[in-house]
Amino acid sequence: MSAASTPAPGIAAAPVASETQQPKSGLSRIVHRYPPLALGATLLAVLMAIAALAPLLGTVDPSVPSPINRTLPPSASFWFGTDMLGRDLYSRVIYGARVSLTVGLSVALLASLFGSIIGFVSGSVRWSDAFIMRVMDGLMAIPPVLLAIAFMTLTRASIANVILAIAIAETPSVARLVRATVLSLREQPYIDAAIVAGTPPAMIIWRHLLPNAVAPIAVQATYICAAAMIIEAVLSFIGAGIPSVIPSWGNIMADGRALWQVKPYIIFFPALFLSVTVLSVNLLGDGLRDALDPRATGTL
Amino acid sequence: MIVYVLGRIAATIPVMAVVGLVVFSLLYVLPGDPAALIAGDQANPEAIAHIRHGLGLDRPFLLRLTEWFWQILHGDLGTSIFTNLPVSTMIGQRLGPTLSLLAVTFVFAVIVAIPIGVVAAWRAGSWIDRAVMALNVIGFSVPAFILGYLLAYVFALQLGWFPVQGYTPLDQGFWSWLGHLVLPAVALGSLQIALIARVTRAAMLDILQQDYVRAARAKGLPESTILFVHVLKNASVPIATVVASGIAVLIGGAVVTETVFAIPGIGRLTVDAILRRDYPTIQGVVLLGSFACILINLLVDLLYPLLDPRIRR
Repeated sequence: MSAASTPAPGIAAAPVASETQQPKSGLSRIVHRYPPLALGATLLAVLMAIAALAPLLGTVDPSVPSPINRTLPPSASFWFGTDMLGRDLYSRVIYGARVSLTVGLSVALLASLFGSIIGFVSGSVRWSDAFIMRVMDGLMAIPPVLLAIAFMTLTRASIANVILAIAIAETPSVARLVRATVLSLREQPYIDAAIVAGTPPAMIIWRHLLPNAVAPIAVQATYICAAAMIIEAVLSFIGAGIPSVIPSWGNIMADGRALWQVKPYIIFFPALFLSVTVLSVNLLGDGLRDALDPRATGTL
Repeated sequence: MIVYVLGRIAATIPVMAVVGLVVFSLLYVLPGDPAALIAGDQANPEAIAHIRHGLGLDRPFLLRLTEWFWQILHGDLGTSIFTNLPVSTMIGQRLGPTLSLLAVTFVFAVIVAIPIGVVAAWRAGSWIDRAVMALNVIGFSVPAFILGYLLAYVFALQLGWFPVQGYTPLDQGFWSWLGHLVLPAVALGSLQIALIARVTRAAMLDILQQDYVRAARAKGLPESTILFVHVLKNASVPIATVVASGIAVLIGGAVVTETVFAIPGIGRLTVDAILRRDYPTIQGVVLLGSFACILINLLVDLLYPLLDPRIRR
């Protein structure tokens, strides 16, 4: 679709070649047709591997201070330098991947789950719809970062509380999406047929509505995952997030805040990792959206 | 028309009530004793009791809730448990820098994003379009505070074009005021630009397919007139919608951008309040931020009939 405008023979030959080998394996077809999806998935897989294998990647204990090695610039022995307590930044950043990915994936899962339940109830139980949607409108009107800040001021700092705070802020967008999907599906004749045939409501949701709602929920979940990782970093950075003893990218940047003009590398490496991680999730989301909804290609 | 306006205004009342209920109920529904948490680990029982009384936690939920709503209706956001000043006074003192930042960011984002989106749609599929869409993904992925540090490092520390940090009020000179806000506004505005440009492009692409665009071209109108007058005008409803919905992200992002650039606004007030666990102040900021979002969305709802006469009915 994009190579067609380029007259160079080498490039023009590519789509033809791919058409002749059409019955390719699923994986290489995805790579060929949806490059953002493949790039995002690959980057994310690498980052997950880094998080899982953190102890094996030449790291030391990320929380052990070493007073003689304070604020050293990047070098052969300290790849990313050290912070003002002499802790090895390479190890802290690598272990920080665990926190970011845990928060991002957990929030995406929780918000999709809460949002789907609320959206299905709102979309299928008519008398509850107006009330539930007013509550969701109210929750959505609060800027997510501010809602999470209010939540975190009143609870102990912990990873679980950060996940819950962000999940509550992100749930209404899923609820609204699922409700809209249910409302449009409810008008389909096959749903009427299922009701007439005496299918129990739970079975209608499970067998007819859920499979049709999975694609939009999955796309929304990836965007929520990206937003959650940014909100976690913001919360930790301003002191309302993960406990400061846990090396998360937001906490490392908060530690480097006072020294950023003279020791910019303390902030640079966690910032780079956070941006690349969010980028990979966003690419995955864009790719999923295009792959799951061919109509959206080219228009959004 | 009157019915539409009144209907829109009436629809915001339950939303504001729910916002108030959520912000207030957090004190009661979260596990643990908020008074003990706010007082800190070393606090004695008297201090905890004092804070509990100050937050009204020693009185029944419904009674306290109605009192609190009554206070809010009278513009009383409560009293800070750290400074003992009214929260509305503290917010009022910090409003100037934050409003300045939001206004400059908003104007900057709209001025940059709309032409970008128009050109991307006009040359859809070209290298310009692809470059814009690639920059877009980056705008979505680099958080505002990280971009802020990057910009401050390059354009303030290395090149010295702008002040590194700080803020000067407007009455001390326009250029100094603007100079301090350029880098924060670019950092905070990048996400808005990505959002607005993406929606502008999509809306323009839809409309460029319409017959009246072909008619305008056949009539020999200059391409710029077609794009910026005929097409952009008809794309204005989705653009206004995304601009309004982006305000929530903008307000949330202002908190952390002010921290990076040491701007003494509401964001700084919030961060200080977090460190002191000054919940009444946080409550006031969250309430005000949310109401600002609701009112801006209401304003855009009321603008729709002006942008698109078909909505007037």
